[in-house]
Amino acid sequence: MTLSPPPFLPGGTVYGTLLNFKHELALWAARAAEPPYKGIPQAPVLFIKTANTFSPQGAAISLPASVPEVDVGASMGLVIGNFEDFWPNPSADRPQKAINMEATAMLPRVVGCVLLNDLSIPHDSYYRPPVKFKCLDGFLGIGPRCVPLAEVGDVNALKLEVRVNGTLRQTVDFSGLVRDAAMLLADVGEFMTLRPGDVLMLGSDCLPDGTRPRARAGDLIEISAPGFDPLVNTLVGEPT
Amino acid sequence: MKRARIAWAGAIHDAIEADGQLELLTPAFRGRRLSFDEVVWLPPLAPMPAHRPRTILALGLNYADHARELAFKTPEEPLVFVKGEASLTGHRALTVRPAGVAYMHYECELAVVIGKTAKKVKKADAHGFIAGYTVANDYAIRDYLENWYRPNLRVKNRDTCTPIGPWLVYAADIPDPMNLALRTTVNGKLTQSGHTRDMIFDVPFLIEYFSSFMTLQPGDLILTGTPDGVVDCQPGDVIVTEIEGIGALVNTIALQG
Repeated sequence: MTLSPPPFLPGGTVYGTLLNFKHELALWAARAAEPPYKGIPQAPVLFIKTANTFSPQGAAISLPASVPEVDVGASMGLVIGNFEDFWPNPSADRPQKAINMEATAMLPRVVGCVLLNDLSIPHDSYYRPPVKFKCLDGFLGIGPRCVPLAEVGDVNALKLEVRVNGTLRQTVDFSGLVRDAAMLLADVGEFMTLRPGDVLMLGSDCLPDGTRPRARAGDLIEISAPGFDPLVNTLVGEPT
Repeated sequence: MKRARIAWAGAIHDAIEADGQLELLTPAFRGRRLSFDEVVWLPPLAPMPAHRPRTILALGLNYADHARELAFKTPEEPLVFVKGEASLTGHRALTVRPAGVAYMHYECELAVVIGKTAKKVKKADAHGFIAGYTVANDYAIRDYLENWYRPNLRVKNRDTCTPIGPWLVYAADIPDPMNLALRTTVNGKLTQSGHTRDMIFDVPFLIEYFSSFMTLQPGDLILTGTPDGVVDCQPGDVIVTEIEGIGALVNTIALQG
């Protein structure tokens, strides 16, 4: 018999990106002009999914009794690699073209991509950091595998499908990003280092009405994309 | 007990403070004493386990006087943001001021280091979950403030912009973390003076609050906010953030590049 490898877990900090889909940014245009925002964001707006949120593939995610439902933020994470991941193979730079980026010493090297389920307590203000909405125990479903970049094809052409209890609820099209993978890496790299093991999420999109798919205890959420084993999470009520 | 983590002679070592020197705990050098000047000081924190990165929580506007200084009303619940470990640097480090910015300021903060797994901890029990304390200087570059998830990471999560140290002081040596004086000097001139008793949300409250929805692990950090008295820092300025009984964290501002 063969043992399957343990499910993927990030080795470093997981960063999320706010408003990185043109569709959602357009819906925000009117509100963004008003206080407290006073204009659309200029630089990438990031948040952190802390380590207590990590739910490996197969783990049930517990919702506190005070949280009747959650927003599903289906996303793709770029996994930053070690120097050793690219050495000594001289052709190792080639897969970086999957994120439309000529590899240079200046930009962090992406080794692969992982499906992520960025759960949030629904909130309609983006003014203050979302720690109490996004950093609850278990609130980041993590895909079973970091898929090597060479297998991914073009990251910016990926489409994710979100199903809740088997019903298709959303298709996320990464051709609609405000900043594509390469631009996001470059603009984030302007002010902070992404280290080996860190993960940078490309963002999640909203539905046509501006909301995100909702799920509640008892629901099974599946996020899938061509070439990726599906990410499956079950929500359960908090044990009393 | 005061613990440090240092680089010396090609390797990283744990050390304790002994008679104004560093005493190495590394078995090969156990007992050897070094002066503060002959080592590189690292953040006084043990590495985290694989696949469990450090959670670094930081408070904004957690002293009423500082909230007034920034023209905010006192918050009704903690204003919290999260930082990545890549922003940390040690005692006597260089912190980079980006070219062309108008306002970069220090923030002297009591940093709490978690000592054991904390989930749904009550205020009254909070002290038992603290390993110790250190000093953090949570620099902000206000030019980059935007009103989205404010304070945004471009302001608060920059490389080199979170000096921390020099020591991890064991909790047993600090009977009351809410009774400590804080002060900051810039090139020797006192610019910030405050007291932890003036925190809006005190350390036991914060541990109860965070652990009510997020499980904290040993090595996680809570930076508890800064009192008023922040001023602009220019390249070459030497900033000393000091907390009574915890230590004096020295940092020098450097030009970019």
